Amino acid sequence: MITKRIIPCLDVQEGRVVKGVQFVGLRDAGDPVELSTFYDEQGADELVFLDISASHEGRKTMVEVVREVAGTLAIPFTVGGGINSVDDMRTILLAGADKVSLNTAAVKRPELISEGADYFGVQCMVVAIDAKYDENLGSWRIYTHGGRTPTDWEVTDWAKEVVSRGAGEILLTSMDQDGAKNGFDLALTETVNNAVSVPVIASGGAGAKEDFVDVFDKTRADAALAASIFHYKETSVEEVKKYLRDKGVRVR
Amino acid sequence: MIGIIDYGMGNLHSVSKALERLDLTYVLSEDTGELAEADGLILPGVGSFHDAMNLLKEKEQLDFIKKWVADGRPLLGICLGMQLLFDGSEENQDTEGLGFLPGYARSFRKSEDNVSYKVPHMGWNKLQFKQPDHEMLTNTEEGHVYFVHSYVMRTEAEDILIATADYFGEVPAVVGKGNVIGTQFHPEKSSRIGMQLLENFGKIVAEGRNNNE
Repeated sequence: MITKRIIPCLDVQEGRVVKGVQFVGLRDAGDPVELSTFYDEQGADELVFLDISASHEGRKTMVEVVREVAGTLAIPFTVGGGINSVDDMRTILLAGADKVSLNTAAVKRPELISEGADYFGVQCMVVAIDAKYDENLGSWRIYTHGGRTPTDWEVTDWAKEVVSRGAGEILLTSMDQDGAKNGFDLALTETVNNAVSVPVIASGGAGAKEDFVDVFDKTRADAALAASIFHYKETSVEEVKKYLRDKGVRVR
Repeated sequence: MIGIIDYGMGNLHSVSKALERLDLTYVLSEDTGELAEADGLILPGVGSFHDAMNLLKEKEQLDFIKKWVADGRPLLGICLGMQLLFDGSEENQDTEGLGFLPGYARSFRKSEDNVSYKVPHMGWNKLQFKQPDHEMLTNTEEGHVYFVHSYVMRTEAEDILIATADYFGEVPAVVGKGNVIGTQFHPEKSSRIGMQLLENFGKIVAEGRNNNE
């Protein structure tokens, strides 16, 4: 049977990994290729690269990064950030990424999901959803632009919408939990899992290895994504997977 | 030398890079003249079955591949490329495949009664060997490999199953008959075991070349 995936996420700006990656023993902590190899060796099941470059030049550099990473990495990886068109997707996929992740662009123009799915297949299409609990709505509301802009979408409605348009996977980030380091948002994760039939990656809130057991025990999440907990070496992919295995969660 | 068939679909870069890492020489081309120089072929692919068959026809690669196989030369299909080796698929609309292996690609959904599970079958799943002595499985073990697909091969022919995986039923993972081999998962994305499988295919190709000389 299929295993639960552990996915480190790397923020890339102008071709460099940013956001305090603290590793001893790496020649260059900001080098995306070196870091990907490091996580691969640790047993990461997949990687996500988020391009946070603001400039056109930075985006072009990202394509080079993708090409280099694809040349060394023997596990799948997803690239998100700034992908606005089928052409953008093609450029990233031809450079060697396995999947592209859409966020703001998908909310702006949901047809983009189906266009991408038609060209490249649903297995390439990840839709990243940033959700925050809204008292008035009595549910979670979708935000775009890195969590700055609220939309009218309620999370289950949006999740169903993106899947009907050809999303093959959902990367679900809890804005309430993100950075809080006290665990994944179990209610949100299970709510979305109940709404759709594609794999769901839980993201936001990982603070300790126990949090990963929780999200897999208490929800039907297929994968869990984390950034700082791995970058700051608070735990490692290896440790998390060993702990999961000990607790009876199926991992690679 | 291995020829990677470029028919306009799929992640050709990662397959070719994987071969580079293994020091296997390759040519990546859509030109059958160039591909004919190779000792073994890889048919990669992601995307839809129907589009893929149309492209193979448009690029006049279909007859080339059929002759290649009839001549007994090695062919490896990966993911969608593996499904194309079979009789056909019901993806989007019923489409005839290359017909080298008996079987039909069916939607995952229809394979199990009233059980809700995730499709695509995406992630790392464990191999179960059916033919542990098959040359494709040399130096590997029943470890995890990376799958991503929404349609699954259904076949009556037990003898073509080299390895399987379990996802709400049996998933043919490594298949083969004579010189035609396929993997449903992505060896180029399956870490050590995947690399070993590609290396094993490289050996099969090299042996075929030596036999022909």
